[in-house]
Amino acid sequence: MPDLTDTLIVLPSFNEEGSVAEVVREVFEKLPGVGCLVVDDGSRDDTFSRATAAGALVAQLPFNLGVGAAMRLGFRYAIENGYSNVVQIDADGQHDPASVPEMLVQLADVDIVIAARFAGVGEYEARGPRRWAMRMLARTLSRVTGTRLTDATSGFRASGPRAVAVFVNNYPAEYLGDTVESLVIASRSQLSVRQIPTAMRARAAGVPSQNPIRSATYLGRAMIALSFALMRPKSSYGMDADQ
Amino acid sequence: MTITAYIFGIVSALLSLWLVIELLRRGRLRERHAVWWLGAGIFAVIAGIFPETVVWTAGLLGIEVPINLVFFVSLAVLVIVCLQHSAELTLLEARTRVLAERIALLELRERQNSGTGGSADDLTLGS
Repeated sequence: MPDLTDTLIVLPSFNEEGSVAEVVREVFEKLPGVGCLVVDDGSRDDTFSRATAAGALVAQLPFNLGVGAAMRLGFRYAIENGYSNVVQIDADGQHDPASVPEMLVQLADVDIVIAARFAGVGEYEARGPRRWAMRMLARTLSRVTGTRLTDATSGFRASGPRAVAVFVNNYPAEYLGDTVESLVIASRSQLSVRQIPTAMRARAAGVPSQNPIRSATYLGRAMIALSFALMRPKSSYGMDADQ
Repeated sequence: MTITAYIFGIVSALLSLWLVIELLRRGRLRERHAVWWLGAGIFAVIAGIFPETVVWTAGLLGIEVPINLVFFVSLAVLVIVCLQHSAELTLLEARTRVLAERIALLELRERQNSGTGGSADDLTLGS
């Protein structure tokens, strides 16, 4: 097992009181020595105290800002506290922390490792517009990053030191930016990406949305996010409000 | 054009220009936001006092009905101001987000230092 003490697990959590404590306990159990930061993204439920009670460090955003902003916070915390790798895990329990050591091994060769559900495994088979959107994203982002991606929107990903240094000032906070635009920024910053297969579990709490109107909206927003990510001039990277 | 309409035009233009200048003078409007309103006010005053300038410019641009030039310029100013506001709003949102991120980190450090592990509600003001 690779050294875990310089790895920070970040769990962006928005109203995840039903699952966050269990995920934190599982992280500590399967990954001894790792740092675990829960970013409470303006939750209105008991996420903060349950995560704290489970032993995680908890940073509390005063209002909901989305996964991207929560991850920016995670990257900044990692840099300020001397962690070299950051692994994002969903707080709803669908990602198995047991995959993290394999991701860290891969980080020796590449800058970003995405753990993606592979065909036929995992509880959730997308249909209709949502499926088209995921296909379109996977195909385009595969071309951009020069590696084969089947599930570009997976939130289960590990970033090595070079990726953390790029993302701390550049991680997009827009909707879908954290998954889609972050990969465009990564490849334009000469970061390498690799996807490894993993099984996704059913969510410990909450239900995935399969409403057709929502799926169509998702497709539209995915296309907008992708086109603007590709059109954005590289000179605007790092020109964030906090510079 | 009747003399009443002529005077009405000039008075309206002067009023709007006066309003912009007054807001600027009292610091209720920042220059960078007021520059388009100032331009529009001055344009309105000139067009009000010398309507021939509008007719002349419209002829120059090939616009057959001069009043259309006035409508076009008015709409253009409104669109530009709206776009400027959207851009400013985006900037403000980005800044608010960065502030929120920094506050969350500061509060986390504060809790770690005090070592109480207590609830964030001890530190945030009744969120």
